[in-house]
Amino acid sequence: MSLTLLWTDGLIWGLIAALAAWGRIVSRSVQVRRQWMQVFESKVAMVSAIVLLFYVLLALLDSIHFTQQEAGQGLQSVLDALLAHLATVQERTYSAPFALTEYNRTLQTLEDGTVAMLYQPLQHINPAASMLWESGKALLAGLLIFTLATAVHLLWRSRVNDVSFVAQARAVWQGRTQLPWKTAYLTVLLLLLAMSWLYQLSFSYHVLGTDKVGGDVLYESLKSIRTGVLIGVLTTLVMLPVALLLGIAAGLFKGWVDDVIQYLYTTLNSIPGVLLIAAAVLVMQVMIGNHPEWFSSTEERADMRLLFLVLILGMTSWTGLCRLLRAETLKISQIEFVTAARAFGVSRFTIIGRHILPNVMHIVLIAVVLDFSGLVLAEAVLSYVGVGVDPTMHSWGNMINQARLEMAREPMVWWSLFAAFIFMFCLVLAANLFSDRVQRVLDPRSQTS
Amino acid sequence: MLAYIIRRLLFAVPILIGVNLITFALFFMVNTPEDMARAQLGAKQTTPEMIAAWKADHGYDKPLFFNGEAPGLSKISDTLFVEESLKLFVFDFGQSDSGRQISADIYERMWPSLQIALPTFVIALVTNIALALLIVLFRGSVLDTASMMVAVAIMSVSGLFYIIAGQLLFSKIWHWVPISGYEGGWDGLKFVVLPVVIGVFAGLGSGVRWYRSLFLEEINKDYVRTARAKGLSEIKVLFGHVLQNGLLPILTGVVVVIPTLFMGSLIMESFFGIPGLGSYTIDAINAQDFAIVKAMVFLGSVLYIVGLILTDISYTYFDPRVRLQ
Amino acid sequence: MGSAKTNGLSVFLLSALLLFSVFSSVGCQALWNQPYSHAQIESSTLFSSFSEPPKHLDPVVSYSSNEWSILGQIYEPPLQYHYLKRPYTLEPLTLQTLPEVRYLNAAGQALQNNQTVAYSEYTLTLKPNVFYQPHPAFVMQDGRLKYGDLSEAQLKTIHSVADFKEQGTRELLAEDYVYAIKRMGLRQNHSPILDTMQHYIVGLREFSSLASEDYAAKIAGDPQVKNRFFDLRNYAISGVKVIDKYRFSIRIKGEYPQFLYWLSMNFFAPIPWEAERFYKQPGLVAKNITLDTSPVGTGPYYLAENNPNKRMRLVANPNFHDEFYPVDGLAEGADAALLNDAGKKLPFIKEVVYTLEKESVPLWNKFLQGYYDASGVSSDSFDQAVSIGAGGGMQLTQEMQDKGIGFLTTVQPTIMYLGFNMADPVVGGYSEQQRKLRQALSIAVNYDEYITIFLNGRGVAAQGPIPPGISGYQTGQAGLNPYTFEWQNGRAQRKALEQAKRLLAEAGYPEGRLPDGSPLTLYFDTPATGPDSKAQLNWYRKQFAKLGIELVIRATDYNRFQDKVRGAKAQMFVWGWNADYPDPENFLFLLYGGNAAIHTNGAGINSANYDNPEFNRLFEQIKTMADSPERRDLIAQMVAIAQRDAPWVWGFYPQSLALYHGWYHNVWANPLANNTLKYKRIDAAQRTAMQQQWNQPVIWPLILVFALLLLAVYPLYRAYRARQTKRLVATEERF
Repeated sequence: MSLTLLWTDGLIWGLIAALAAWGRIVSRSVQVRRQWMQVFESKVAMVSAIVLLFYVLLALLDSIHFTQQEAGQGLQSVLDALLAHLATVQERTYSAPFALTEYNRTLQTLEDGTVAMLYQPLQHINPAASMLWESGKALLAGLLIFTLATAVHLLWRSRVNDVSFVAQARAVWQGRTQLPWKTAYLTVLLLLLAMSWLYQLSFSYHVLGTDKVGGDVLYESLKSIRTGVLIGVLTTLVMLPVALLLGIAAGLFKGWVDDVIQYLYTTLNSIPGVLLIAAAVLVMQVMIGNHPEWFSSTEERADMRLLFLVLILGMTSWTGLCRLLRAETLKISQIEFVTAARAFGVSRFTIIGRHILPNVMHIVLIAVVLDFSGLVLAEAVLSYVGVGVDPTMHSWGNMINQARLEMAREPMVWWSLFAAFIFMFCLVLAANLFSDRVQRVLDPRSQTS
Repeated sequence: MLAYIIRRLLFAVPILIGVNLITFALFFMVNTPEDMARAQLGAKQTTPEMIAAWKADHGYDKPLFFNGEAPGLSKISDTLFVEESLKLFVFDFGQSDSGRQISADIYERMWPSLQIALPTFVIALVTNIALALLIVLFRGSVLDTASMMVAVAIMSVSGLFYIIAGQLLFSKIWHWVPISGYEGGWDGLKFVVLPVVIGVFAGLGSGVRWYRSLFLEEINKDYVRTARAKGLSEIKVLFGHVLQNGLLPILTGVVVVIPTLFMGSLIMESFFGIPGLGSYTIDAINAQDFAIVKAMVFLGSVLYIVGLILTDISYTYFDPRVRLQ
Repeated sequence: MGSAKTNGLSVFLLSALLLFSVFSSVGCQALWNQPYSHAQIESSTLFSSFSEPPKHLDPVVSYSSNEWSILGQIYEPPLQYHYLKRPYTLEPLTLQTLPEVRYLNAAGQALQNNQTVAYSEYTLTLKPNVFYQPHPAFVMQDGRLKYGDLSEAQLKTIHSVADFKEQGTRELLAEDYVYAIKRMGLRQNHSPILDTMQHYIVGLREFSSLASEDYAAKIAGDPQVKNRFFDLRNYAISGVKVIDKYRFSIRIKGEYPQFLYWLSMNFFAPIPWEAERFYKQPGLVAKNITLDTSPVGTGPYYLAENNPNKRMRLVANPNFHDEFYPVDGLAEGADAALLNDAGKKLPFIKEVVYTLEKESVPLWNKFLQGYYDASGVSSDSFDQAVSIGAGGGMQLTQEMQDKGIGFLTTVQPTIMYLGFNMADPVVGGYSEQQRKLRQALSIAVNYDEYITIFLNGRGVAAQGPIPPGISGYQTGQAGLNPYTFEWQNGRAQRKALEQAKRLLAEAGYPEGRLPDGSPLTLYFDTPATGPDSKAQLNWYRKQFAKLGIELVIRATDYNRFQDKVRGAKAQMFVWGWNADYPDPENFLFLLYGGNAAIHTNGAGINSANYDNPEFNRLFEQIKTMADSPERRDLIAQMVAIAQRDAPWVWGFYPQSLALYHGWYHNVWANPLANNTLKYKRIDAAQRTAMQQQWNQPVIWPLILVFALLLLAVYPLYRAYRARQTKRLVATEERF
């Protein structure tokens, strides 16, 4: 067994590390700490943050890849290993959630030589399992994990606040804590119960049914999380340096630098977005097609395509933020303390680092959280147009695309679309709610009103 | 004013050249003229003579950016890029690679696009503002919170779901409207209803939120307080003052969108089989028809720039404090 | 407007009114979801669809089936296929009889005894009184075209051919056919068969280079020339002559009996010079009114509306000549009801509406709602439509039968095959060992399974290069490929995998391993990169893995795939061939050494580069023979040679499956004939009745929605009153 680092894996872990470092640095500032406390004071923000965290965790689990030579399997992630009972087996074709047989009848030759149209039983389920008993086990396990986790957290909080464990617990219960921990615990409990239930039952049934070629829909939906989250997060990572650099440079240096940068983003902006993305993706497809030797496996190829897609999306979406940053920098550089610093001969880079960067950070943050949900939704549309992620990759866009044909079947195959809808809706809703709160707290304009 | 507009239009020229450069570079990285000839001539028994004739016929036998064989300045001017770009600037889109006149096609396909986009735009604007006002009227109440929850929920669903669900429910199960198709004029109303309703609904969430915050900003201003202090009813305050003053930023905000309505919607048009510019573009991408892609990119950029200029003009028109120089 | 409440509501009420007015204006009898007008539905109109706009409607370039399905109804080449007969049989269409052929010697004189045939001359005699569709190009004034030089003012009101006030017609003349052949010769018209025809038609090559060069010179002087008339009547093809008003002759090099089949294709449809003269006006070209978009023919229909982005409409040609439904020739096993209309005048259907339908989902749903008269079956709707009967045959599901839907299935004259590059050192070559490797693979790649998995059983595993329905195809044990199949219990059974493994060992790869013990690796080129192809590629990999061979798949886009195959750089590839005409020569030439890609610099059609001298010799022999028992014997020999050499894994012959509603009559599959619409009939009354039955709108949700909205008014009003009385303290945003 050996660890393998795909390109996107490296980027996402790099991003996590960078975020952690940045978090440590800014948490030293009292003002920033207060702002973030303010964000989380809202119950809605707390719940959505936990849901988001949950999605990100699953995406991270799916971003540790390894190869198992002795097992003869290809590239696997930790999530695949956890869900091995779903990943490796395949039914023949469609089956409904919790079904015991296939969805459509097929022709079979009976023992006495006659033929009949029958519902074939599914191969990889355990029809003997008692739903009640399995559910009970699952809920119990969920509760156990929750109790453990809560206890640890309470203990930590009581240490920090320097009160007894019981006092801390009572404060949480009565809602007297500054942050709405009670709501947080409830959310975690619900999530844990739901997940452990799904997980436990997935050993005995196809909880969300199977798709056209017999793949488990729950597994597909979970695997799609990584695609969605990565597109939402990495795109911002890609565009941030460009937008920051160009936006601040344009605002600070003015003159011809400003002209060139303005020309650049007006030009890019004026091309209809989908067209630009489509054209760039076509280029990439041809390039990948011409160099099959670059990739040793389909996973690597799909990963490279995802990376390119992220780069392309980044290249087309930096212009908005860049314009905001330029305007803000222009404004800040007129303020007295900056002009004063410049008069004292402080170097430009120091000015950027000391005065400008901290003062435009809120714009960056708001842009990042606002863009996230839009990008997740964009993935689905791009896949529909045919310029999205690799067709072999699990993604909600690909699931929806496939499901369109399924809705026309009679009887209707609704579960793929349903699963994609629920998983995507929860993520985007959480992101939207959270970004709302972040914007409210961080945007100086909304505070004054 | 006129001088300003002329200056802005001149500024558009280098931008459009840049746009052309980008499309050219991207497209010819993907497609060699041989590929395009093959795609157009079909796959059965295509001979080299046929390909050469096709390339010559469509002007693809010239080098892309630099013609080493030509003398002097025409080293640069006698190239595919310069020749094609110059034509675009006088809106001569020429013929598509399959031999149709692009200008005529665009003109013809513009109307279906507008027939969907314009009602969607107008109805969405009216509905959003009306609902936002209603919510502002009940601001701070349970209704406010609940509607904002619903608005965020509406925003969080991919547009594809609305289309799929709408077609399933209204066309397949309830038999209200044809599943897809298009007809010009009033006969086409039955085809237009569903895309417009879906379009309006999908934009409802973000629209209502946006207008609500706009009105709230307005409602906290001093003149509104004064008005209210005079004892005007809440409804009179909203309509007499808030809506009137809020309308200016709304108008100037939406002006930029209006020219781009011509471009149509890619997704909506291909789902509902509407022969507009959106599906034109998608088809061209799939068929690798460079002449059309180029024309559409150019047109899109022009419309975008027109939108920007219109915004500036509408600012001066509505707000006497702003002066264009 | 008094209050915000009523404002918000009025929007809803307005839209409600709007909705109701829409539905009520359509009338109570018409259905809400009816996509067509009432008059259309109740007349004898056929509703069909097209998934992508036809690129070309000019018969000189058009070469794809979707274009021909429209062109075939408009243009009339000299010959056509008999609608019902099997095997496919030619019959005269605009000719009085089949062309008369005369064999000539090198001097161009009638053949003396023992001389070899240097030329064959076909004489074609037209039926009199065949007239073109009404068209402005035929309107004459003072001996010139009335609309030949349109002014700006005249052009203003013109958006299509139908906008011209006067429409004329003219009798079909022999010179129109000759003119069409000249158009084919002009290189700038991009005819796809010009290079093929230059081999056969005497003088075409000389004509082509002369006329094309003259034209190119003109264009070089002024690019606008492209949009002006270039009169080809000033040039002559030495082998194609007008004899008189109704007769013309075509001289062919040597013997080429298959030439008659070409005469049934649209490339040889008549083009009146007036039409080309008329369309080549810059003002019309700018409006997309060209011969390529608005055809002019003598056929049963004319194109009344051509909006390739939305709809195409064919209307019965009022000038159509007398043609009658066939009275005999019913193929074996065909429904006797097909002869119910025998002897009646064609066409039956008055109008055909093709609607653009890009997505398969709306297409299928509209078919089920009765708004399309016929439909294919995608694999997603297959289960819903078709079930496999007890005998393994297809039958409609109960749901379809209840709707009165019928279905038609036929094996197409097409073969899909997996080709080996015979120039490749591993899979190619003619040694016994190399042959055994290919034979082993032919057994292992189980196309019977492929048909079941990917085609829902719609196909027949191929035994050789010639598909059913084509002379030279043999049924039963006689046609069996003895290297891949065995005859058991009266049917062909694929040989067991053990035999393949034995052959593989004899080929020098025991257990699929090279002498040094490493696995044999083969390369498979494919243009497929879409989501559906993933399963297929996995399937191919599995087939090779059964023998222990590792298959590496190289997927590229279609253009690059073609380049690789043409350049003989691919080792294995899957490709297909559609019959141009029902003669075995059209399939065997895919294996003729003279057509090999490596010998012809990529232009040849023999992509497998198969080159067996004995096979080549026999091919040259059968090429010039007419169908006869001797010829069939020779063909059987050729097939046997090819089966032994196995340059292809003989894949499968696909089967088409079409569904049609009970009101659609005379439906019969003839994959080679394109002009079959004229035979079909629609029972409009029955259609209207069924549509009414299937499409009644469900109204309760609409009522429910409005009821709920109305109910919400009062609570809102109450809430507003309550707020008016209670002053707000703060208006802070929450959320």
